[in-house]
Amino acid sequence: MLLNEASSAAPVFGLAPLLVFLPLFGLLINLIFGKRMREGLVGLVASLAVGLTFVLALVFAATLAGNPEPASMRFLEWIRIGTLDVNWTFRIDTLSVTMMLVVSGVGTLIHIYAIGYMHEDVRHNDDPGRFRRFFVYLNLFIAAMMILISADNYLMLFVGWEGVGLCSYLLIGFWFEKGKDGIANAQAAKKAFVVNRVGDFGLLMALFLMFRYFGSLDFNVIFEKAPEIAAATPGVLLAMALFMLLGVTGKSAQIPLYVWLPDAMAGPTPVSALIHAATMVTAGVYLVVRSTPVFIEAPVAQAAVMWVGAATAFFAATIALGQSDIKKVLAYSTVSQLGFMVAAAGMGAGVAAMFHLVTHAFFKALLFLGAGSVILGMEHGAEHGKHGAHGGGHHDFDPQDMGNMGGLRARMPLTFWVYLLGALALAGIAPLAGFFSKDEILLAAQHENTGVFILLIVAAFFTAFYMGRQLLLIFFGKPRSDAAKAAVESKPVVTSPLVVLAVLSVLGGALNLPGVFTLEHWLEHSLEHVAPGEFSLATAGLSLAVALTGLFLAYLVYGRKFADKPQKDPLSGNLVYSGMEKKWLVDELYDLVIVRPYRGLADFLSNPVDLGIINNLSAGLAWLMQATGDVLRRAQNGFVRSYALVVFIGVALILAFILIQ
Amino acid sequence: MQNVPAEYCLILSGVMFALGILGVLLRRNALVVFMCLELMFNAANLAFITFARIYGSVSAQVVVFFVMTVAAAEVAIGLALMVEIFRNKRSIDIDQLNSMQG
Repeated sequence: MLLNEASSAAPVFGLAPLLVFLPLFGLLINLIFGKRMREGLVGLVASLAVGLTFVLALVFAATLAGNPEPASMRFLEWIRIGTLDVNWTFRIDTLSVTMMLVVSGVGTLIHIYAIGYMHEDVRHNDDPGRFRRFFVYLNLFIAAMMILISADNYLMLFVGWEGVGLCSYLLIGFWFEKGKDGIANAQAAKKAFVVNRVGDFGLLMALFLMFRYFGSLDFNVIFEKAPEIAAATPGVLLAMALFMLLGVTGKSAQIPLYVWLPDAMAGPTPVSALIHAATMVTAGVYLVVRSTPVFIEAPVAQAAVMWVGAATAFFAATIALGQSDIKKVLAYSTVSQLGFMVAAAGMGAGVAAMFHLVTHAFFKALLFLGAGSVILGMEHGAEHGKHGAHGGGHHDFDPQDMGNMGGLRARMPLTFWVYLLGALALAGIAPLAGFFSKDEILLAAQHENTGVFILLIVAAFFTAFYMGRQLLLIFFGKPRSDAAKAAVESKPVVTSPLVVLAVLSVLGGALNLPGVFTLEHWLEHSLEHVAPGEFSLATAGLSLAVALTGLFLAYLVYGRKFADKPQKDPLSGNLVYSGMEKKWLVDELYDLVIVRPYRGLADFLSNPVDLGIINNLSAGLAWLMQATGDVLRRAQNGFVRSYALVVFIGVALILAFILIQ
Repeated sequence: MQNVPAEYCLILSGVMFALGILGVLLRRNALVVFMCLELMFNAANLAFITFARIYGSVSAQVVVFFVMTVAAAEVAIGLALMVEIFRNKRSIDIDQLNSMQG
C-alpha cells in the first residue's frame, strides 16, 4: 500500500501515513463505539492513538539521527492536470519530525490531562454526553495537524491548515450554547473562523502565484526555482511572501489578525493549551521557517515578517499586563511569544524560532493546563464552599477572575510549584527552557536590527512582569473569595501531565545548549542558510537582568498591597492601564472600521438592493405576465360562435390582403 | 339550362356562402349551424362546377366529389357528437357549451 519513492530512504518511513491514520482510527472508534464505552475508555483510546503517533515520531527521529537525509514518501496521487502534479506525499526531515514530536508529545500529555479535566467540565456544564465528542474533535485536530506538518507540497499543507482551522472552530465553540447571553462562545468561534479565513485568503493567493509562476506546488521545486524566479520577476516572489505573511498573521495570531486568539479562550482549557498555545498557532511559524528559501529571496517581505513579529510581541505583552482573567493573560502572552518566534523567523533565524516554538510548547501548555487545574479548584471551591461567611454561592461568580483568587499556594501546592516553574521558564529565568530560546532570538535581533531588539527586550520585561503579577495574584497573599478558601488540589490524572511538562520546561533548554547546539545541527539538514550558533554572555546577562527586574517590580507592586482584599489593581486609575485593560480598544476599532461598515453594506445589499430592486424586478415580471394573461384571457370566452367570427374575420383579412397585392 | 350565364351561378354561389356564414355566426341551434355549414360546402361545390364548365376541365368536378364524401363523413361524426352532447346537457344550444372559457 505504501509507495517507496526514494530508494535510499529508510523502510520505516513507509509507515508515515500512520501519523495521520492513527488519530483518525482513534477518532473512528470513539465515534462508532464511544456511546457504549465508559469515559475512561474513550479517553484511553484517544490518548493511545496520539501516544502511538508520538512513538512513531520517536522512531522517525531515531532513524533520522542515524541518517539525517530528508525523505519523501509518496502515498497517493491526488491531482494531475496538464503539467500540474500534486500528490499526497509525506516529507520526513528533521524539521517536520521536530514538529511531529512536539505535536504528538505535548498532544498526548494534553489528551491524558483532558480525561480528568473534561470529566469535571462536562459535569459542571451539565452535559456528560459531550465527553466523547471532545475527544473525537481532539483526535481530528491531531490528524489535521499531522497532515499540515508532514506535507511535502503547499497544497497538502493548506489542507492541514484548513483542517486545524476547522477543529479550532469546533473546539472554541465546544460549549456553543454557553457563555454570555448564551451566544458568546459561538461568537468567539465564529470570530476565530472568519478572521482565519482572511489569513487563509492570503495563503491561497500565495498558492495561486506559485501555480502561475512555478507550475508546481512541491516544496523542492519551489525552493529550487526561487532564486531564478526572483531574478526574473522579483515582484512575484515579494507578493507571494507577503501573501504568506498574511496567512501567518491569521493562523499565528499576529498584528493585525491576532484578535481571534484571546476570544478563543472560550474553548475548554485543554483546547487552549493544545491548539491555541502549543501547536496550531505555531503553524504560521513553521510555514515561514519551512519557506525560508522563498523569504530569503524577498528581503522586504522578510523585514515585514520581522517587524510584524516584533510589534506583536511588544503590543500583546502590554495588553497582557492589564488582564484580570487568568486565561486571557496567557492568551495575550501566547500572542506575544508567537511574535518572538515570527520575528526570529523573519530575521532568518529559523533555528531560534523553532527552538522557542518547542520550549514555548512545553511551558505554555504547562501554564494553560495549570490554569485549568486552578479553575477546576476554584469551581470546586465555589460549589462546595457555599456555607462560607457570605452564605450562598453567587451565580455570577467567575472562577477565572484572578481578583477572586489569592493564597492558592497552600490549597493547591503541586499546581503552584509546576505553575511557578512554567512562569519562570516563560519569564526567561536561567537555566529554564525559556531563557535559552528567548536569548537566541534576542541575540539574532541584536545583530539584525536595534529597533527590533529594543522592542523584544521591552516585551521580555513585560513578560516577566505579567507572569510575576499572575503568580502573586493567584497563589500568594490571602484568599479573596470563599471559593478560593475552599479550593482543592486536582486529581492525579490532571496533575501528572503537569509534572511531565514542568520537567520538560526545566530541561527543554538542553535541546540547544550554547556550545553544543544539538537542535541546530539537527535542523541544518532541513534548513539551508543556518547561521552558526553563538552565545553572547552580555545579551544573556541583559535578558536575565530584564527578566529578574520584571519579576521584582511585580513583587513590589502586587506583593503586598494587592495581597489581602479584593480591590482594584494598584496600577489602575490612569489612562495607560485602562488602555491595557481595554486591549487598546482594538476590537472596538475593528468593529468600527470593518465590522460595522461591512454589516452596513450587507444591510444595504439586503434591504434596498435585494429586497427592493432584485426582488421587485422578478416580482414585477411575474406581475406583468399575470396582467397580460388577465387581458388575453377574456378572448377565450367559451362561445364557439365568437371563435368562428374571429376565424371569419381572419380569413377575410388574409383574402383582402392577397387581393390588394 | 344551357343558356344560364356562368355569372349567375357564381353570384348564387356567393349568396349561398354568405347565408351559410351568417347562419353559422348567428344561429344558436347546433343543428341549424350544421345545416349552414352544409350550405357553405354546397356553395363551394357550385363554384367549382361553374368554373369547370367555364374552362371545360374535369378536375374541378372530381374535387366536388371529394368534398361531398368528406362532408358526409363529417356530418356523421358531428351528428354523433351532438347526440352525446344532448344526452349530457339536455340541450344543443351551443352558447351553453361555454365551460372551456378562460
